[in-house]
Amino acid sequence: MFNKKECVAMLLAGGQGSRLYALTQTVAKPAVPFGAKYRIIDFPLSNCINSGIDTVGVLTQYQPLVLNEYIGNGQPWDLDRIHGGVHVLPPYEKASGASWYSGTANAIYQNINFIERYDPEYVVVLSGDHIYKMDYNKMLTYHKQKEAAATIAVLDVPKEEASRFGIMITDADDNIIDFEEKPKNPRSTLASMGIYIFTWSKLKAYLIANENDKEASKDFGKNIIPDMREAGEKLVAWRFDGYWKDVGTIDSLWEANMDLINPNIPIDLYDPAWKIYSRNPVMAPQYIGKNAVVQNSMITEGCYIDGSIEFSMISDGVTVEEGAVIYDSILMPGCVVKKGAKVEYAIVGENSVIGEGAQIGARPENITDKDTWGVAVVGHNLKISAGATVAPKAIISEDM
Amino acid sequence: MDVNMGNVLGLVFANMHDMTVGDLTKNRTMGSILFGGRYRLIDFPLSNMVNSGITNVGVITKSNYQSLLDHLGSGREWDLSRKKGGLYILPPFGNVASRIYRGRIEALYGAMSFIKHALADYVVLSDCDIVTNMDFKPIVAKHVESGADITVVAHTGVYDSEVIKESTVLSTDENGRVRSVLIQPDIGGTCTASLNIFVMSKQFLTDMVTDAISRGNVSFETDILQAKCGELNIMAYEYDNYFSKISSIASYLKANQELLDPENASKLFLPKRAIYTKVRDNAPVKYDLDSSVTNSLIADGCIIEGEVENSVLFRGVRVAKGAKVKNSILMQGTVVGAKSEVNYLITDKNVIIGDNHILNGAPSYPMFVGKGASV
Repeated sequence: MFNKKECVAMLLAGGQGSRLYALTQTVAKPAVPFGAKYRIIDFPLSNCINSGIDTVGVLTQYQPLVLNEYIGNGQPWDLDRIHGGVHVLPPYEKASGASWYSGTANAIYQNINFIERYDPEYVVVLSGDHIYKMDYNKMLTYHKQKEAAATIAVLDVPKEEASRFGIMITDADDNIIDFEEKPKNPRSTLASMGIYIFTWSKLKAYLIANENDKEASKDFGKNIIPDMREAGEKLVAWRFDGYWKDVGTIDSLWEANMDLINPNIPIDLYDPAWKIYSRNPVMAPQYIGKNAVVQNSMITEGCYIDGSIEFSMISDGVTVEEGAVIYDSILMPGCVVKKGAKVEYAIVGENSVIGEGAQIGARPENITDKDTWGVAVVGHNLKISAGATVAPKAIISEDM
Repeated sequence: MDVNMGNVLGLVFANMHDMTVGDLTKNRTMGSILFGGRYRLIDFPLSNMVNSGITNVGVITKSNYQSLLDHLGSGREWDLSRKKGGLYILPPFGNVASRIYRGRIEALYGAMSFIKHALADYVVLSDCDIVTNMDFKPIVAKHVESGADITVVAHTGVYDSEVIKESTVLSTDENGRVRSVLIQPDIGGTCTASLNIFVMSKQFLTDMVTDAISRGNVSFETDILQAKCGELNIMAYEYDNYFSKISSIASYLKANQELLDPENASKLFLPKRAIYTKVRDNAPVKYDLDSSVTNSLIADGCIIEGEVENSVLFRGVRVAKGAKVKNSILMQGTVVGAKSEVNYLITDKNVIIGDNHILNGAPSYPMFVGKGASV
């Protein structure tokens, strides 16, 4: 018998992340490197432990190898607990047969037994592709005060951006009375952040009912939340006012990285009271060479930098040789940029090598037709030969 | 010759040579001196042992060991948190017979029950004053092959008299057998200096210690190496890889600054033989719009808004706008205020240097600011 846990977190990490193209061909989106020394999943995992939630199920399905190895026994996040801790939960075969996770709700449904082992009062449902620092305990306190069946974290977004999100329409007490998915003419500016707290007994009943409905698409946003509203359950919105970003696309991944070096964006990675933990690469401190120019950037351990770095995020073990220029770009772990190469407005995947004098991406001011401009992407483990050019907006997934 | 490194016990002396760098060991052991931006000196012998396959390691300590215990924890970061073997910390008064030791022999005597119970036939002993990436396997193999009683790892080279003053110097015959020993002699130039790393069989070690204690001998160097080099088969193992020896505050500065040569750093930080240390979960280094950094080693958690040149910055150092840091070693949590200028400065942990200060040392006599001081 396990000790009872008041609250268990379930982290949805099984999505393919197809809009990150070459960056998610061999790794699941939550395992994509972010912010020089992190991977995306470090943010929700660190939030869990910092919020006092020490039992986390990570639901994986697509390309789980890197993610499983990264999470390991959960020790880097202090989630190697005797009771609880982090558990990777892939789909598995049961006596009744085996099936893949067919939707977000189905993934939780298939793991009802895992949740029940801890006999929780509440379950937090999280996404593996958001960058933010949030105290889930504050949200849980609110959920309890409101005696809600479900609480949805919402962000007040600018009106012009509201049509990109799922929008919650609330009454004066922030009870959710209606919602609309990516509305053309939004009736509210409260966007769902994809973070839910459920009273477990309620959620369990709706998961089972949804599973028995053959027509349903087994999804939280499409089924569970609407079903709960129709049945008259109390659904409330909890307003979050910190930094939050969904990094599901190339552009948003690039922007979220750049936000970390923007002094006007309120996400502080240096707060000792709310550290973002990650698996340590065991490398020497970075060496900044005699010819280096480094400004307005973040760089981490194991790097050898002798070129020019501006407005960029440089992950562990990266080499930037003399005369190379990195501008407004993201270099993922183990990249090598050879002499004289230029990487501008680009993302270079893990362990890729950019040959001497190659040009990756371009600055928008140097492009006349703005429609052809965008962030260039070089996938993981690729070689770009000396002198080659990768056009802006191009996505490279083979050697060239 | 192939040896089974699982059959080797490691012993690390955390406090030996404390007095040679008194400023740095005021609040800590030699082993817990900060080095190279994110390490402590004990990380080198511990990582070398683990990377050589030695996974049963005792750390012998004497005094001032609070920071050492905090650093080592369960030994997990060196992969030494194990059911079989792993890390053992051996403080004084570990048993009725042990006390504050006066020399290496008494230190070993205090750890005798640990040594006797270890499942090992050989023992590698190391101090913390040598910074290197050393594979113990060929050394143990050579020891077994040669049939020596004691193997002393040593390096023949040109030394300053300042370094030799803190060393044991060996004279060997053509076979590498040690024929005479000088302890802390006042000489310089070419000589063979001990790196304070030794290999013995467990049986020889325990017999030697028991015998020496019964005669009232306390010094391994004087009473064994020097006094018995005719009688015992003591072999020198010539070690030629990159290393640096910490024997004064000036050599500490030099050893740190040597890492600014990528050639040296690449011999110390090998990708397949990593140096492990305690993880602190700092964020990456943030470089501000007006920062200028050249030829420096910077650890995570630093925020740099000013200029840094030829320096080593430990984790979480802040260099404010307009500040200039040259030829310096700034330990964990040091803050250099706006428009302050420092040159040949060593700061201990958590030193705060206010705005508009100028602090200058010299290469042979770097300025040192103690732990937690505010300037």
